[in-house]
Amino acid sequence: MKSRIILFLVALLVWSLLSWVPDWQHLLVGIFVAWFVAFITGDLFIRRAHVLKHFSRYWYFVSLYLPTFLWECLKANLDVAFRVLHPNLPINPGIVKVNTSLKSDTALTFLANSITLTPGTLTVDIDKDNNVLYVHWIDVQAKDVESATKIVVERFENILRRIFD
Amino acid sequence: MIDFIGLIFICIGFAFDVFGCLGLVRLPDVYNRLQAATKCVTLGTCSILFGTFLVVGVTSAGIKALLCMVFLILTSPVAAHAVARGAHRSGVKLWAGSVIDKYAEDREGEV
Repeated sequence: MKSRIILFLVALLVWSLLSWVPDWQHLLVGIFVAWFVAFITGDLFIRRAHVLKHFSRYWYFVSLYLPTFLWECLKANLDVAFRVLHPNLPINPGIVKVNTSLKSDTALTFLANSITLTPGTLTVDIDKDNNVLYVHWIDVQAKDVESATKIVVERFENILRRIFD
Repeated sequence: MIDFIGLIFICIGFAFDVFGCLGLVRLPDVYNRLQAATKCVTLGTCSILFGTFLVVGVTSAGIKALLCMVFLILTSPVAAHAVARGAHRSGVKLWAGSVIDKYAEDREGEV
């Protein structure tokens, strides 16, 4: 039920941003649409609603995660641009295996997305039972699990554990 | 002034989108191409949208551009996972110069 209410509020917010400038007709339609969406998919949205009350998580998200993410994203783009423009195409690709200690679905999703948008790496699959991620790496620097984990995952894991777990 | 900064963002975005498309043509296999496609096109398109927001200001179009950025960042890596996983599962081989494929080693027993 909590999950439904949260999804209703989020959907209403997105709707009113989409139909900016707000007036009562848009809001009325938005309330119906948001209610419908919450009714259909509400129980899938969030499983542990109590974490939304920990305000330090928002602070960590804004102050630690966002700057790291944006910086890595920019580096990733310059990296790809360099590889693509280089006449010899300096790539050394392969799929490596990395460990993660994160548990919750949201944290794993964000970890996989962050890995995909950071330099040279792309998450291919997650094995949730063994806590293993398979990562395609455009320039393989380490083939064994431990050192690959150190290079690929650790930048984000410590931050994401504080935010989502 | 703010229009000018917006135009700079739009130009950077165009440049990265072009690099992404160039990567799609030049890189050898589907996984490497996905790398170029997700990274460059995500940041390039976000940069264009942010430049649009700066140019038009807090109007109906500007707020839609910001919302599009959020959805793009959330969805494009997920689409890339889906394509990469589907490609690997349906037997698309890695490029011949690839050095390692742990995923194929671990999935040997399964069908």
